[in-house]
Amino acid sequence: MRLTRRAALSAAAATLAVPTILPRNAIAQQRPSELRLGISTFLSGPSSVFGVPGRNAADLLIEQLNASGGIGGVPIRSVVIDEAPGVDFLLGECRRLAQNEGVDVMLASISSGSCLAVAPLAEQLRLPTILWDCGTQRIFEENSFRYAVRTQANAVPEIVAPLLYLLRARPEFSTLAVVNQDYAWGRDSWAIWKGAMDAIKPGVRVVAELFPRFGATDFSTEITRLQALRPDVIFSASWGGELDTFIRQAAERRLFERSTFVLPLAESSLERVGKTLPPGVIVGARGDHWFLHPTARDTELLKNFTEAYRRRFNLYPIYPTFHMAQALYGLKAGYEKAIAANGGRWPSREQLMDTMRGLEFRHLTGTMKIRDDGQGLEPMLVGVTRHVDSYPFPVLDQMILYPPELVMNPTGTKGVEWVRLLTPAAVRRAPAPIAWRA
Amino acid sequence: MEPRLALPAAAGVALVVGLAAAAPWLKFVFTIALAKGLAVLGILLLLRAGQVSFGHALYVAVGAYTVAFARPGIGELLVLLPLSVASATAVGFLVGLFVARYRDIFFGMLNLAFSMVFYSLLEKLYTYTHGTDGIRVDRPSFAGILLDRVPYEWVMLALVLALSLGLGALARVFLASPLGQALPAIKTRETRLEFAGISARRVLLIAYVASAALAGLAGGIIAVTTLHVTPLLAYWTHSGELVFIAILGGGGSVLGPFLGAIVFELVRVYASAAFPDAWQMILGAVLLGIILFASRGLWGLYEDLVSRRGARP
Amino acid sequence: MTLLLLLAILDGLAYAALVFMVAVGLTLVFGVLRVLNIAHGSFFAIGAYVAATLGTAAAATAAAPALALPVLLLAAVLVGGALGPVVEKLLLSRIYVKDHVLQLLVTFALFMVLEDVQKLIWGVQPIFQDAAVKALGPVEVGDIVYTRYQLFLLPGVAAVTLIGLMWFLRRTLTGRVIVAVTHDREAATAMGIDAQRVYLLTFTFGTMLAALGGALASPTTSLVPGIGVNMIVLSFAVVATAGLGQIEGAALTALLIGLGRSVAVYFAPEFEVVIPYIIMVVVLLVRPYGIFGSPELRRV
Repeated sequence: MRLTRRAALSAAAATLAVPTILPRNAIAQQRPSELRLGISTFLSGPSSVFGVPGRNAADLLIEQLNASGGIGGVPIRSVVIDEAPGVDFLLGECRRLAQNEGVDVMLASISSGSCLAVAPLAEQLRLPTILWDCGTQRIFEENSFRYAVRTQANAVPEIVAPLLYLLRARPEFSTLAVVNQDYAWGRDSWAIWKGAMDAIKPGVRVVAELFPRFGATDFSTEITRLQALRPDVIFSASWGGELDTFIRQAAERRLFERSTFVLPLAESSLERVGKTLPPGVIVGARGDHWFLHPTARDTELLKNFTEAYRRRFNLYPIYPTFHMAQALYGLKAGYEKAIAANGGRWPSREQLMDTMRGLEFRHLTGTMKIRDDGQGLEPMLVGVTRHVDSYPFPVLDQMILYPPELVMNPTGTKGVEWVRLLTPAAVRRAPAPIAWRA
Repeated sequence: MEPRLALPAAAGVALVVGLAAAAPWLKFVFTIALAKGLAVLGILLLLRAGQVSFGHALYVAVGAYTVAFARPGIGELLVLLPLSVASATAVGFLVGLFVARYRDIFFGMLNLAFSMVFYSLLEKLYTYTHGTDGIRVDRPSFAGILLDRVPYEWVMLALVLALSLGLGALARVFLASPLGQALPAIKTRETRLEFAGISARRVLLIAYVASAALAGLAGGIIAVTTLHVTPLLAYWTHSGELVFIAILGGGGSVLGPFLGAIVFELVRVYASAAFPDAWQMILGAVLLGIILFASRGLWGLYEDLVSRRGARP
Repeated sequence: MTLLLLLAILDGLAYAALVFMVAVGLTLVFGVLRVLNIAHGSFFAIGAYVAATLGTAAAATAAAPALALPVLLLAAVLVGGALGPVVEKLLLSRIYVKDHVLQLLVTFALFMVLEDVQKLIWGVQPIFQDAAVKALGPVEVGDIVYTRYQLFLLPGVAAVTLIGLMWFLRRTLTGRVIVAVTHDREAATAMGIDAQRVYLLTFTFGTMLAALGGALASPTTSLVPGIGVNMIVLSFAVVATAGLGQIEGAALTALLIGLGRSVAVYFAPEFEVVIPYIIMVVVLLVRPYGIFGSPELRRV
């Protein structure tokens, strides 16, 4: 038989590759030599504006955790993959990480589509998965997963809280326009906002529903239209480079003078846009975190982290970094509780995941809880921008920390339906605002 | 199949199965790769006519979304896949009627246009398609049997291997037939073909519809393997990927697409694992290397070596 | 209604100007070399990034506001002058004899490489350098505030470029040589024209135009990884619609796309994304070789 070149080459390659493709032995319940964490995030494309800070936060925190003994005495090692190529690539990678790299826990993903695809696979692979950043509320509303939990909130409170804030700060508005990115988050967040707004304050006229293409680089036409229409409020759940561009172009054309802006994700843009973003804009942070968090800013934990992060990456931390921190702190707390419940022995995957449900744990800026269905519950920080001398970018003033009971739909309900049951009482029940302290 | 191809094909199958047995995660990767190889087989047909389509991701997406929409009503894989082929063929025929009149850049760009319009539709018709969140596909039954994950993945791999061999052989027969032989004539001397009484437009249309069908099948397989479809399947960079694989594998033989697809997926996995921040650059460099130094692709490299050995006395 | 239409036209003009600036280089390159340069989008992006870097450096100097605009031109010349010849000599010239598909894929591979190179040099954080826009300030049209940059500078530069190119291609010897090679490469070579030099010249020039498009876009928008990607598709649509190497066609197409897009935003916002494709399909239906294209001489 003629040995074809292809066969010979392939055999050679396979021999070389064998160590990298054969599965790693990982015996459950025996304390591993290291805890392997798979992390999926965006390392390319426009979403890398969040993906890379998330990865950087992971690197920093894992170093810090390992310096103090790791989790349960076991050092942590991360394996980072880029989710940019798409779902088919990510699903192959999850399998490879689980079976070849012996990853113990997976941290996925920024894209909601990725999360929705990974969670069912995690069930099949029995791979503990923490959803660390994706916003879709549909994951735990439409299915239940034993092997997936979420250490952050979801779109529902992230949008309801800024709406309640607006209704409190500017209750007399009568016209509104929305400018959202044209993809699932943009559509979902608008559906939640509109449902809630029509329930609490019916009769608001929506003068324009603009959904510029995802990755748009120019909003001139939209801004012209908004200037002509003069809505009282402009709502935009955009983020990243697009939000930066929208803010700058709107400022250049004085749109901020005509309308009140509500930007639920603008905390991540504050440092970059600087004082171009004028005072009086309602800003959200996608959760209970900000590097100058009103109740946590004086804690050593937050101060040290911010300092270390800034020193190493030359930027202030933004919400993706806090989401990553929540995932890691949650994981640590989960393992520690499970180990204690297991009499000091390393827990099995099922023990770990069952422990994470109902877990309450401390993180950089406060405490949060994971509900029985796996969904995370955290307060929502909303404030209004203010210019101060101590920072070259706006800070948040008159901050309200909306508790989850007020802004999150209960287990077993659908967010877009629950918001229709909101009433003006929800606006009044908000806690008192906290002023900016120098 | 001709003996020249039978041996490499058999070796390839043995290698794929062997590697997949040693490393279970490779089943998934190989299934996706071979499915893409089927779509690239279609691109190959068009490349023979000198036409590059920058929009075949359209048919992959049509096939995948057909499965996604049909799944709640139909739970059988052996029905879902033919459905994906049927819908992609239908769309391919309608679009082909229009684009087969054009050549070169106009052909390429019109295909791009249709695929991007479809992509936008998938994103915007949010209530039906869930937009960028995508649609989940529950695992279908195979010949009436509901399988667990591991046996299912084996069955899918076996199925796609069988389809690759069978459709590859079919493609070979087609390319050797008078109709298939007319394709290169479109590339070199289309007017002469017309003078000979053969409608170039009809020849191209047939090849186009065949390529759409193959891409639709690929989409269906991707849908039932990943169990989640997103609009990105239709994006133009994925069409470009298919052309990339066609050249990587080499246009000289029907085994080229499959060879190219597997190498592409493996390089991407390993480049991305070793250099998560620079994998795109590595892939690009690999392609550049192939084009500059081995322009007949991996298959061309293999042929060179074999013919050199064969020529030795 | 008429007010809205006027506003739509004004918005459309600025956008059309930008699209034209980016696509005209590609049209030229395609006309002469018959290569659809996918890396054109990368040149756009790199031009934008370099302009932002230079702009930030210039903003720190004493001559600050006056330098804002010239810096953009400088960026384009630098990027085009550096990358154009390098790419043409090292990559494209090796494959001219080969299949068209291979040439196309070389540019695709180059695009993939340059995407990561951008990321490695400038990082992933959005970069915004708008000194040029600020330098020109706002202007009011009725009740609406525009920026002078978008209303005057962009269309102005586009118009100058168009007229300049038309003059260059019709009236100068080099320009007419380029047109000759576009029409019939073999005949031109038979006349003694050094086609290789023409390719090099055209490609470099086309790259400069792409970089200039990027430099002009850069003060108006955030630069993030991937900004080149959408520009590629848009440029392709323009090239196909315009007709082989037809810069007037490119101008007209850019105008159609710009106006079509802004009218869509006003009256049918959901269609805005597909406007370029609809225009391409409709034009090619009526004129199969592009707006001003003509059938190529067919060999028998």
